[in-house]
Amino acid sequence: MNEASPQAAAETVHLRLYVAGQTEKSVAALANLRKLCEAHLAGKYTIEVIDLTQNPQLAEGDQILALPTLVRRLPPPLKKIIGDLSNTERVLVGLDIRPRETP
Amino acid sequence: MDQRSSPVTKPPSPQLQKVPTGIDGFDEITLGGLPQGRSALLCGAAGCGKTVFGVTFLVEGATRFDDPGVFVSFEETAPDLTTNVASLGYDLQDLIDRHKLIIDHVQVERSEIEEAGEYDLEGLFVRLGYAIDRIGAKRVVLDTLESLFAGLSDAAILRAELRRLFAWLKSKGVTAIITAERGEGQLTRHGLEEYVSDCVILLDNQVYDQIVTRRLRVVKYRGSSHGTNEYPFLIDAGGITVLPITSVGLAHEVLDELVPTGIAGIDGMLSAGGYYRGSSILVSGAAGTGKTIFGAQFANSVCARGERCLYFAFEESPHQIVRNMRSVSLDLRKHVDAGLLAFKAARPSLHGFEMHLAGMYRDVEQFKPAAVVVDPISAFRGPAGEIHAALLRIVDMLKARCITAVFTSLSPAIQHQMTDADRSVSSLMDVWISLFDVEANGERHRGLHVIKSRGMSNSNQSREYLLTDEGMHLRDPQFKLPVSSRSEV
Repeated sequence: MNEASPQAAAETVHLRLYVAGQTEKSVAALANLRKLCEAHLAGKYTIEVIDLTQNPQLAEGDQILALPTLVRRLPPPLKKIIGDLSNTERVLVGLDIRPRETP
Repeated sequence: MDQRSSPVTKPPSPQLQKVPTGIDGFDEITLGGLPQGRSALLCGAAGCGKTVFGVTFLVEGATRFDDPGVFVSFEETAPDLTTNVASLGYDLQDLIDRHKLIIDHVQVERSEIEEAGEYDLEGLFVRLGYAIDRIGAKRVVLDTLESLFAGLSDAAILRAELRRLFAWLKSKGVTAIITAERGEGQLTRHGLEEYVSDCVILLDNQVYDQIVTRRLRVVKYRGSSHGTNEYPFLIDAGGITVLPITSVGLAHEVLDELVPTGIAGIDGMLSAGGYYRGSSILVSGAAGTGKTIFGAQFANSVCARGERCLYFAFEESPHQIVRNMRSVSLDLRKHVDAGLLAFKAARPSLHGFEMHLAGMYRDVEQFKPAAVVVDPISAFRGPAGEIHAALLRIVDMLKARCITAVFTSLSPAIQHQMTDADRSVSSLMDVWISLFDVEANGERHRGLHVIKSRGMSNSNQSREYLLTDEGMHLRDPQFKLPVSSRSEV
């Protein structure tokens, strides 16, 4: 399921998407994530999809509670975004691609 | 391991099956414990003992009933939790190593989490399901589930997911405790009682006179009768003890067997020749009238017959009592060494009266004495009504076990004046012996009389007694007490 881009440079964004089976939300989340990464991080990202129905023991390590959860491990700090990632703005802010708007 | 395959939601008999918590007193109140295969809601403010209750449920389950358990902690990490309950004598690490317990710390940090679209709590289900299946857990504690409301902002999703969680727990056949914070005007802050309503337990801390009493109440128990009162409970080195208000009531067994008073002359003042076994005796008197000697002589006579006696000391340390009683030729040490006599000493102000009684209840359960001395009950402070209610419990508890009990009580120096404590407890007592002083001709005389003795006639005489190197003994009846030179009130 890994999709490593060819030139994984220092600033490569390592993303891990936790899902539980092929639910509507998990399919949507992966599709939204791919679209968004291609648009904003082309060539500078990896996506690892972890299906917790196959590997339930992996849920504890990243403190997964809600699903789907997108975890950005690198670059630090650790970021978590939950949901089907349909709200592109929030995802971009969450991944520090777009600055947080001052309220 | 495969509780998934058994249709646990349908018990074999129509009667609700129960799972014992192993908490002293609680299983008695609920007539067996928590409802099997269902979730119980445990609510209370911070510091009420919710976590300890949950941990005890799992530890007792694992050690006494061979039920493995899963503790999902939303607040404390596994090492913190292990350290915190070590003071209660629980070795969680050992249970974890033996695959009897899993602690899963679920961390919800709002600042770390961005919400972008639809989500559910399947991750929690996966983790919990994985933990349950790994050790074949029968018991689950979720402490405190409401932390989710602080960590995630979409309350609508949370509510739908919690509803799903409770249904899922039921389908897994586990008996669960869900803890929740007490809310304003409702049982829990986020209204969890709407979802978990088979069994609701409320914990409470009440402060009176700077002394805290923990209380427990079963608010609701579907499909079962239960005690409806507020019960004081205690958390200490022995875990949790709930003091039930006498499920036995006045239906206790009555014995005709006699127990000597330990003071020869007093046996003779009671027509039966002693106390009935299982009766409660009040010994009241002013300072220096020898109440403790009275109690110690009784304890000595019990032990001399080879029976066990438990001595609750609220004013003196056990060593001090043993030393002081040597001066009246009472060797209590040998009874202690023989395991027949045990002292439990505590300052009355250590905790509320009811908490002491909860502790006494547990001590009695453990030591299984034939007789008990409580020295003195007047050391306790509190409204007379509360002392009365609490004493009623201990008296009934002792009576139900056919334990003979001597209670001493300090009364004011003025003869025949009752303290609130005396007045409130005297109606509970089967025998009341009053010790008093008479001052005449520049001398102090000690006298006693039997105010009442249920089920037997008693001497009407006021008898003079002496405290000598040989202990307390009555003078012959021909020695009449002198008439006091003081003007009595």
